[in-house]
Amino acid sequence: MDLYEHQGKELFARHGVNVSAGMVAFTPEEAEAAARELGGQTVVKAQVHAGGRGKAGGVKLATDPADAKEKAENILGLDIKGHIVRRLWIEDASDIDREYYFSINFDRTEKAVLLMLSTEGGMDIEEVAEKTPEKLATMHINPVWGLRAFEARQLAFRAKIDADVRNKVVAMMLQLYDAFIKEDAMLVEVNPLLITPTGEVKALDSKFSVDDNALFRHPDIAAMRDVHAQDPQEQMAHEKGVTYVKLDGEVGILGNGAGLVMSTLDVIQQAGGKPANFLDVGGGATADEIVASLEIILSDEKVRSIFFNIFGGITRCTEVAQGIITALEQLDVRVPMVVRLDGTASEEGLQMLADANLDNVTIADTMLGAAAEAVKLASVATV
Amino acid sequence: MGVLVGKDTRLVVSGITGREGSFHALNNRKYGTNVVAGVTPGKGGMDVEGIPVFDTIADAVAQTQANTSMLFVPPRFAVDAIYEAADSGVEVIICVTEGIPAHDMLLAYHYVKEKGVRLVGPNCPGVCTVGEANVGIMPAHIFTPGSVGLVSRSGTLTYQLGKELSDLGIGQSTILGIGGDPIIGTNHRDALALFEADPDTDMIVMVGEIGGNEEELAAEYIKEHITKPVIGYIAGLTAPEGKAMGHAGAIISGNSGTAQGKVSALEAAGVKVGKNPTEVAHLVAEARGVAVPA
Repeated sequence: MDLYEHQGKELFARHGVNVSAGMVAFTPEEAEAAARELGGQTVVKAQVHAGGRGKAGGVKLATDPADAKEKAENILGLDIKGHIVRRLWIEDASDIDREYYFSINFDRTEKAVLLMLSTEGGMDIEEVAEKTPEKLATMHINPVWGLRAFEARQLAFRAKIDADVRNKVVAMMLQLYDAFIKEDAMLVEVNPLLITPTGEVKALDSKFSVDDNALFRHPDIAAMRDVHAQDPQEQMAHEKGVTYVKLDGEVGILGNGAGLVMSTLDVIQQAGGKPANFLDVGGGATADEIVASLEIILSDEKVRSIFFNIFGGITRCTEVAQGIITALEQLDVRVPMVVRLDGTASEEGLQMLADANLDNVTIADTMLGAAAEAVKLASVATV
Repeated sequence: MGVLVGKDTRLVVSGITGREGSFHALNNRKYGTNVVAGVTPGKGGMDVEGIPVFDTIADAVAQTQANTSMLFVPPRFAVDAIYEAADSGVEVIICVTEGIPAHDMLLAYHYVKEKGVRLVGPNCPGVCTVGEANVGIMPAHIFTPGSVGLVSRSGTLTYQLGKELSDLGIGQSTILGIGGDPIIGTNHRDALALFEADPDTDMIVMVGEIGGNEEELAAEYIKEHITKPVIGYIAGLTAPEGKAMGHAGAIISGNSGTAQGKVSALEAAGVKVGKNPTEVAHLVAEARGVAVPA
């Protein structure tokens, strides 16, 4: 789960990391009030789950409350890489002397925690890594022992952090590591890590991503989920406990098992179509879950046909068949469906579908045959 | 013979008194797996259709000489079960549980490694040496005995491939589901090494998916260490950037973890890569000189 900048900073502050004071605003009026409360110059920052906010015009300096209101009017509603700005973070403006970069990554390949530190902050770190790799210092930390102060110091020396702020940067790295571990983060990034003219060290931005599987022990973070930022379908899927990712094609996909569903998206494209979604009903799906899943897929108006690709393992194909039959009774299903059932209880499941004599359901024997049929039906329906 | 599980497997199942645990333990026994014990803390002394239940894995190992552990434990307790199993003296741990926090797994990974125990999973469908032993949740009846080793992160996709191969009359030695989490005990390279050393395997089908760079590392490994022919498949050619596709580990970050990058790496290592499961089965048939019906 990706957090907004202001949510990440809230977690930073809990672990002692120095951040600017600020307030959330959803309207220009709230932005004005926030700026008045904070006093002095403020920065109006778009809160979206995307990088490149500055370039997109999503971060503006405001001289006074009236100016903050005006800047907020301009920023709210902006489309930043497909994300509409609905909330703002108004914070005290900072004087900038130097900008550094620091990140903590969950390195699945090395089974370790990867730290990256650079004096080249405020820009795209991938570019720094490519063009001037000598300016990016990296270090793997054994997660069993955790980050020791001497290691953070070593990294600071390697990155050629200026002597006047070295100790403060080291202290902040230790605080951020603490946040990374205690909050079950998959990524913590501070870019820029700001040095003010008076030598204050501050996390001016925050990228914070938390492991979904660990949210059960962080109810406070789970509550930070912004339901409005999700597609309505994704929100519905979240409520029903189904794994759904919205895509932009016209063939709805319902399958079981992540790998098989990914493969199903691929064969739809290979057959000349475009998948409308990724939907994994998971193992041991019940008829009710099939109905709920179909409801989610059908709420996407672009869907022109639906491809059921089920290989029964724990999942029984009879449950899937029952789900399809029930859904057709309960829902107003106008798009044609192609069903391919294999594995556990597939023969009985197919028999159930045949007996139900359903108008707009086509049975296919193979995955490729079913994909071709679903794409064909979708293209006919669009015409 | 196959790899990791077989005729010599003596299986202890943690979580055996749960609905899923008992269902699959009995299913595995029905297939021919020697299920010698179950474990549920506080239920020692009971039995599940003749399988004795113990309070701890260590008790089960001491009294039944179990050498392989299967974990069917809810996610909040599963990581503790991994430590318990690694500490009990079993040689192989197969963890089916999905949803273990990544940080917990990161620490457990190092513990298990220190102990010298083989961990498969978590979030995996299990391991089946065809005709000998099935440990996990795979519908093993779709597999047929033979000499193609199959390794995959995904369950149902593996069944699809197993079925496509079986339909062409091509049998399998061991089906190894390594799991879809960011941190897993046995990766593609480990699986390749196991199959390379297995006399009953003469060809390997490696199924990967988007996310991480394990497939790229496997490609390097194949170039240097694998003499048996490898046929590859990567799922997620059409997956968008930045969204986890069902598996916690299946996510493209920027330019890293893309299917195309993995396909290219494998092809550069001389691996033939099919663009869908059917084509993969046909490539295997071609490499074995088996006719494919038109």
